[in-house]
Amino acid sequence: MDTHGIIIPTKDKLFNLEPLLSKTPGNIITWIILAVGFVITVIRFTVGIGSVTNLTEAQPWGLWIGFDLLCGVCLAAGGYFTTVACYVMGMKHFHSAVRPAVTTAFLGYAFVVVALLYDLGHPLRLPYMFFFPGTTSVLFEVGLCVATYLTVLFIEFSVAPMEWLAQKFPWLLTCRKIVIRVTILLTIFGVTLSTLHQSSLGSLYLIAPGKLHPLWYSPFMPMFFFVSSMAAGASMVIFEGLFAHKGVHQYMDATHLREADGVVLSFARAASFILFAYFMLKFIDMLVQANLPWLGTGWGAWWLVEMFGFVLLPALLYAKGARDGNVGLCRMTSVLAVAGIVLNRFNVSMIAFNWQLPSAERYFPSIWEICISIFVVTMIVTAYRFIVYNMPVLYEHPDFKGEEH
Amino acid sequence: MNRRKFLTILGSAGVVSALGSAKVAEASPASFPYYPDSWGVLHDTTRCIGCRRCEAACQQVNHLPEPKVPFTDLAVTEKKRHTTAYEWTVVNKYEVNGKPYFRKLQCFHCNDPACASACFARCFSKLPNGAVVYDGSQCVGCRYCMVACPFYVPGFQYDLAWDPLVQKCTFCEPRLKEGKLPGCVEACPVDALTFGRRSDLIKIARARMAENPGRYVDYLYGEYDAGGTAWMVLAPAAGGAPVPVDDPQGAGTEFKQLGLDTHLGSQPMGQLTYGALGAVPMIVAFWPVLFGGAWAMTKRREAMAKLEQEKIIKDAKDDLAAAVDAAVRKIGETEGEGAAERARQAMTEALKAREAQNSGDGHGEEK
Repeated sequence: MDTHGIIIPTKDKLFNLEPLLSKTPGNIITWIILAVGFVITVIRFTVGIGSVTNLTEAQPWGLWIGFDLLCGVCLAAGGYFTTVACYVMGMKHFHSAVRPAVTTAFLGYAFVVVALLYDLGHPLRLPYMFFFPGTTSVLFEVGLCVATYLTVLFIEFSVAPMEWLAQKFPWLLTCRKIVIRVTILLTIFGVTLSTLHQSSLGSLYLIAPGKLHPLWYSPFMPMFFFVSSMAAGASMVIFEGLFAHKGVHQYMDATHLREADGVVLSFARAASFILFAYFMLKFIDMLVQANLPWLGTGWGAWWLVEMFGFVLLPALLYAKGARDGNVGLCRMTSVLAVAGIVLNRFNVSMIAFNWQLPSAERYFPSIWEICISIFVVTMIVTAYRFIVYNMPVLYEHPDFKGEEH
Repeated sequence: MNRRKFLTILGSAGVVSALGSAKVAEASPASFPYYPDSWGVLHDTTRCIGCRRCEAACQQVNHLPEPKVPFTDLAVTEKKRHTTAYEWTVVNKYEVNGKPYFRKLQCFHCNDPACASACFARCFSKLPNGAVVYDGSQCVGCRYCMVACPFYVPGFQYDLAWDPLVQKCTFCEPRLKEGKLPGCVEACPVDALTFGRRSDLIKIARARMAENPGRYVDYLYGEYDAGGTAWMVLAPAAGGAPVPVDDPQGAGTEFKQLGLDTHLGSQPMGQLTYGALGAVPMIVAFWPVLFGGAWAMTKRREAMAKLEQEKIIKDAKDDLAAAVDAAVRKIGETEGEGAAERARQAMTEALKAREAQNSGDGHGEEK
């Protein structure tokens, strides 16, 4: 058993906060961002949404929906993607990738809800959708599924904190056993809910054919959103690994390190297939919707940039990287693939939305909106670091080593 | 809301969505218009002079804040203004085939409103009298209604921190109840706004087209657009050139110049999402079967592989035992019983040592 730099919290010293509080450049930047974010938060909630955003009547959804919600949910797809691969498809060699993926998915969804509170006019009334359910609304489906899936992710994730705290609170051992016993149920429930709300994020825009450019509007938007979320899930696992290996390498145990390259190559191969499929879907849809004439316009050029530069190119690079066993190439490609997913969501929600309005009425996020989005991402990273420093996510806890589940 | 109802809602996403779809089936296009006796307003853009008295009346009867630019300043009509949370109606000037025309913007009061379909907290309702009204008491402030509205009508009080709500034209619903006309209609000095039963207004519009050849585009905006609207618009014709009757898109140019979208289709906007929503119960029902099945197959395959491996190991062990027996028998025949016993012992020990070594390796491999 090799635990090189891993600090395992014990009954007497429960917290390992040193790496978060030491005065490293990374930590200082984090504190500054969090402080600025806190100030903007106070302004947002005391002066109103208009005081910090560029939102208008024509563009009621801006960066906080386009990035924090659409991208946040999509990029947290690694949770369902990895659990299905490991538990349902029986790819046991991905086991060490499950916990990091579930952790980021849980944090992703939790902070999607946090970010949503900034955007809502009446954040405290969020539960009203359960009391006055507007069942004809796509947003109701999104809300119901995200709320349920967040609960599922919380239970899936809870194993890590329970192992962390089990020495201090032994009753957690019973809870842990129950959760592990229902792993497969949670996984299947999770993939069902993910399919529903990943796709329904695309369905949200079905109601606005007059506002979204024809090259992006399609009756198949739900399917596009779902298929691309699979590619996003696989890419995000690789993408997170890229940073985790830089930042928290010493918290990875031998198993994690040994399996890491295999995970990257397998997920790259999967993402390559999915991105090819996604490219074909979008391309055929463009032909079927008779959108070919649009390709000659500026919007068409932009669409082609997205399709070739951010869908087909990463698909090819992933395929090459996976075939050559080139982990570095796969990792670099994941950056491109993730950027492509973000670009697609930006196009649907902001860039190609309201495309017919004169440029003076078009939306560009305010600096404060961007700051809040950065603030939310920083909170996720900080929470992730806290979890990794304290809980058995990248390593197996010695008390529970070798248990199959 | 009692506990049971709450649980019913929470417990079964599929059932809830199915209820939604059932409601959709009931509200199919065949039942248009829902409320045949509902009120409407016909806006004749060939009559409108852009005096903004409708705007002033709207501000007055709805107790809206004072405008930044006084209503007597007609220059603001040059700007393409939208309705906002505090200006429920605005009049804009548009160039139609080179000539200036004015159009009044306000809520169209759709037969099957996109905002009501999109609201996940049921704040909007279409009343039998034709008005689409909003109750902010349960509004979450998500603004999906504004995304959904094809006419960019609802405004949001972005400037308020504590109780920001969506605001839009109410068709002067409180006044309708008292038997009064909407403020704007009452204030119009040139009869550009005609109030009446929606069904009658359609006939009136057709009659105007027939009585004034060449004056109007032969298309009544709002009769079918977005599933039909209570407020409808007549547009000036393009220099009297005839427009094909059965080609609403041919009428598009004048309406487009008036800032109206003729490509919304004749279905209510909400219907565009009902296909996707209808698939929800299917996914809820089928995905667990699909993934549960995949899981069962994986388990089965693992179990079979394990059995096969065990059989191979057992066969190998049996072979080995038989070989040892044969060797011992042979040694017994040639070297005597004592030597055979020693040979058996030595071979058994060697095998045991080998097995221990292997299982140790195997364990290390598994980790």
